Amino acid sequence: MNQLLKVVQEQFKDKRAALPEFKAGDTINVHVKIKEGNKERVQQYQGVVIQRKNINTNGETFTVRKISNGVGVERIFPILSPSIDKIELVRKGSVRRARLFYLRDKAGKGARIKEDKSGMEGTEEAPKA
Amino acid sequence: MSGIIGKKIGMTSIFGEDGKAIGCTVVEAGPCVVTQIKTIEKDGYKSVQLGYGEGREKNTSASVIGHCKKANTTPKKKLVEFKTFEKELNLGDQVSIADIFTEGDFVDAIGTSKGKGFQGVVKRHGFSGVGGQTHGQHNRARHAGSVGSCSFPSRVFRGLRMAGRMGNDRVKIQNLRILKIYPDKNIIVVSGAIPGANNSFVILEK
Repeated sequence: MNQLLKVVQEQFKDKRAALPEFKAGDTINVHVKIKEGNKERVQQYQGVVIQRKNINTNGETFTVRKISNGVGVERIFPILSPSIDKIELVRKGSVRRARLFYLRDKAGKGARIKEDKSGMEGTEEAPKA
Repeated sequence: MSGIIGKKIGMTSIFGEDGKAIGCTVVEAGPCVVTQIKTIEKDGYKSVQLGYGEGREKNTSASVIGHCKKANTTPKKKLVEFKTFEKELNLGDQVSIADIFTEGDFVDAIGTSKGKGFQGVVKRHGFSGVGGQTHGQHNRARHAGSVGSCSFPSRVFRGLRMAGRMGNDRVKIQNLRILKIYPDKNIIVVSGAIPGANNSFVILEK
């Protein structure tokens, strides 16, 4: 990418650094600022990240999927959106692809994602009984 | 009308104060050099000619080298005239972004659109084509249809839109908002798209 283009994108560097690292398969909790009239409140939206698009550009977005009242819901957030208050990493998932669209065709037990315990400090794998 | 010459760097997006994402074009503009001052007495009209882009002496014609030498500067790749500047300018003066524009201003951007080659009427003029596969049609989905009547007028009217070369035209986009200016890096960020490929010359007018 052109160096001068990077200068313009630099202004969002702090915002990007404040976010946790996450990838497809991880479960995250997004705190979204919602405006109701003059009041502003924070709503939480928790689900599985199924893709990240246009990584490392200002236009980067990520898609979070969850099952709400038995209905699959997907929400796309621009990663630099000012309406994102913060993002919490709830659970790391171990998946073999970057886009998890296959989750749309699965439900219940089939839609589970294995937990990725590799990077966690201080936690050992539970001993097999 | 004052203005500046620059180079299109590329596009990105930033978030505005209302929280909405704005697609924007990054332009590296100036500093330009005043290469000629035209006066009513001498040239019949008033204007200021600016030069931008370092040209190599080997690849520049002797007339341009001499022209730039009058302004005491190196040969320039692009020379453009602007009608009026708020400030009084002299030969050899430097003009940078901050002298002309401030954030929030509206500018017009002029560029040369990307060449598309020989294109049919559907892409070039927005014709709708035939629009179906039935009623015996099998080989003219993107054709223009009839170009005229019969024995009267016995000719095709001039200016009828047909297939041909598309793009590579001078295009002006009006009223683009200046979102941000980086005076030390000579960068200007303009909302929306600007015609032309990256690294092509762009004229920003106020």
